[in-house]
Amino acid sequence: MLRIENVSKSYGAKQALKGVSISIPKGSICGLLGPNGAGKTTIIRILNQIILPDSGKIYLDGALLAPKHIAAIGYLPEERGLYKNMKVGEQALYLAQLKGLSKGEATKRLRYWFDKFDIADWWHKKIQELSKGMAQKIQFIVTVLHRPKLLIFDEPFSGFDPVNAALMAKEILQLRDEGATVIFSTHRMESVEEMCDHIVLLHRSEKILEGSLTSLQKQFQSRVFEIGLQTTDKKQVMAKLSSKFGVSEAHFQTQQDELKFHLQWDLDKSSNELIQALQAYGEISHFVAAIPTVNEIFMKAVNVHIE
Amino acid sequence: MKKLQLIIYREFKSKVNNKSFVILTFLSPFLVIGMGMLIYYLSALNGKDVKEIVLVDQSALKFKDVFLDNPTEKYLDFTDLGLEQSKDLVRQHKYSGLLYIPPISKGVKHLAESIEFFSEETPSLPFLSALESKIEERLKLHKLSLSGVTSKTISEAHFDVDLIQVNFSGEQSSKLGNGLRIGLGLGAGYLVMMFIIVYGNSVMRSVIEEKTSRIIEIVISSVKPFQLMLGKIVGNAMAGLLQFFIWGILLVLFGLLARFFTEGGFGTTPSSLVAASNIEMPAQNSEQSTLILKEIGALPLFQMFVMFVFYFLGGFFFYSAIYAAIGAAVNSETDTQQFLLPVLLPLMLAVYVGIVSVVDAPHGPVATVFSILPFTSSIVMLMRIPFGVPWWELLLSMALLLISFVGMVLFAAKIYRIGILMYGKKPSYKDLYKWLQY
Repeated sequence: MLRIENVSKSYGAKQALKGVSISIPKGSICGLLGPNGAGKTTIIRILNQIILPDSGKIYLDGALLAPKHIAAIGYLPEERGLYKNMKVGEQALYLAQLKGLSKGEATKRLRYWFDKFDIADWWHKKIQELSKGMAQKIQFIVTVLHRPKLLIFDEPFSGFDPVNAALMAKEILQLRDEGATVIFSTHRMESVEEMCDHIVLLHRSEKILEGSLTSLQKQFQSRVFEIGLQTTDKKQVMAKLSSKFGVSEAHFQTQQDELKFHLQWDLDKSSNELIQALQAYGEISHFVAAIPTVNEIFMKAVNVHIE
Repeated sequence: MKKLQLIIYREFKSKVNNKSFVILTFLSPFLVIGMGMLIYYLSALNGKDVKEIVLVDQSALKFKDVFLDNPTEKYLDFTDLGLEQSKDLVRQHKYSGLLYIPPISKGVKHLAESIEFFSEETPSLPFLSALESKIEERLKLHKLSLSGVTSKTISEAHFDVDLIQVNFSGEQSSKLGNGLRIGLGLGAGYLVMMFIIVYGNSVMRSVIEEKTSRIIEIVISSVKPFQLMLGKIVGNAMAGLLQFFIWGILLVLFGLLARFFTEGGFGTTPSSLVAASNIEMPAQNSEQSTLILKEIGALPLFQMFVMFVFYFLGGFFFYSAIYAAIGAAVNSETDTQQFLLPVLLPLMLAVYVGIVSVVDAPHGPVATVFSILPFTSSIVMLMRIPFGVPWWELLLSMALLLISFVGMVLFAAKIYRIGILMYGKKPSYKDLYKWLQY
């Protein structure tokens, strides 16, 4: 469990974080989301102890965050780099040793990962001889090699080709299953939505929302349904529906040519009642409750926050 | 501590494993010796160029007895031809010049003010001074003989004085020793300045490389920025010391080789050069080199070595911390210029003070003050040490340098830890000041 309590940070007159408190459950993947300048990088740098907060406390597994935790954190920054003139193996060993691994242990683990990614013959290559995709694999290995309890990925999939992105995603899920807590920090919320089970939304140096993805989706659900109805006279049916419900035309992919629309249903009525009501107008061929995307949740939360 | 060792080792290895380091270390002594030999050869060639000087002496003071031919100058007596005809001949035959001494009609003082030297090209100052002193000597002899002093008496009244230099502890030294002190002091100070600039730049480039390749954030998520900066400085200092060490060994080897060849009678220089440049014969050469070795032995070599290492490290730590902070602040090497000038100025001032003040008065107030101030002490004190420096001055200078370099490293680290994470706009001095407040 990672607990951030009332953390604030200023750079001169500019306040980067205003009393932010966050709790991230152990073994979860948390999306730290927000537009550029919201304070994500500052939180990450504070977690990595690159900078210190002006006030507030951070606990990792119940213990106050301290220099000894550096070995328990793996960090892949947005702007990734490696020493261009160093050899791959030599460089990976150096970075692993800086994380506290012994040379022998680091070598053993690196061999395992290099074999797993089928890159064993890269060991003696210089970084400048590698393509961007190849370097990304090395950076990922270096981030997870010391089996950190907390993994932080800043803009995790930006710049990754689809093959590498899928490979990384698979490995990250595996690490999560083995007990690691993962933080994805990004402003492209749709890129991590599928993998996150916990969401923290930051806006203008403040946390505006936090919770499990399902609970937030429930909280921000709009009771809008996406419906496809088989009918001979689409215009007439649409007119009838409009007079009884709040409907609007919709466009979505289906197999048939049917009447497609969005329908706003009452919050206190069940979806079964809606199905029953719709059966009078034709055969229901498509019925999906529209789940709010993280982007939509964010926009709503920002509006609520401003109000 | 283990992490610091790792950083130092990486920095040292990346520096030493570099082709340019290997080439510079092993080639530069040969280059220096080669350049020295080239200069020596060229000056010998210069010496071979015999100047033909025409003398028209109408004074009857027998100046031709003073102007005797030597390997670099040949005097032609055209007195009988008169001034005008001699002038034409000088122009026709392109002689080096014409020295005209008019009749001594209005006394010696007037004559001294009327002697002329005609030449197409402006002669060098040393050449003119040599002519003047020969003329002065001749006029003095003439004036004394007019007063009844015989030339024998004058010759007997000439004594060669060579002061024996002794300090109060009874140790003797010589002009050669003084020359050695000046040479070694200036050499050591100059070497330290060069190394501070070369290796300071190397620290700065290393920081810029980490910043621009964006590995910096990965590294400082594992170690403190201060550790990283210190590791870089120490790693580079060790590479510098290794280079000095290798040069030291090469110097000893060259020395032994030179001695072997000298004693073996092969001679170190081509015989034609020896003949052309007034160099003594090998036997005298050997005597001279023994004297030099004796003088070197009399120098406080151990103290000089220890102090060289101390002041090199102190000065290097002091300045390279600034270099590291500059590297962290900028986004590319081209942005460094505005910050580098304040670093280079005190270094240049130190060498200037050394050359002007230490040589002139090694214990004078200027040399003393600059050898204590930490901005210049690592260079100026090294130049003074061969002349013997009071212990209190040495201790004060060392203590101040130690305190200042710790202070400078801490100060630079504050800029460094913020600078390495700042990208985008070119920083100004105002920005650096702001970073110090964070």
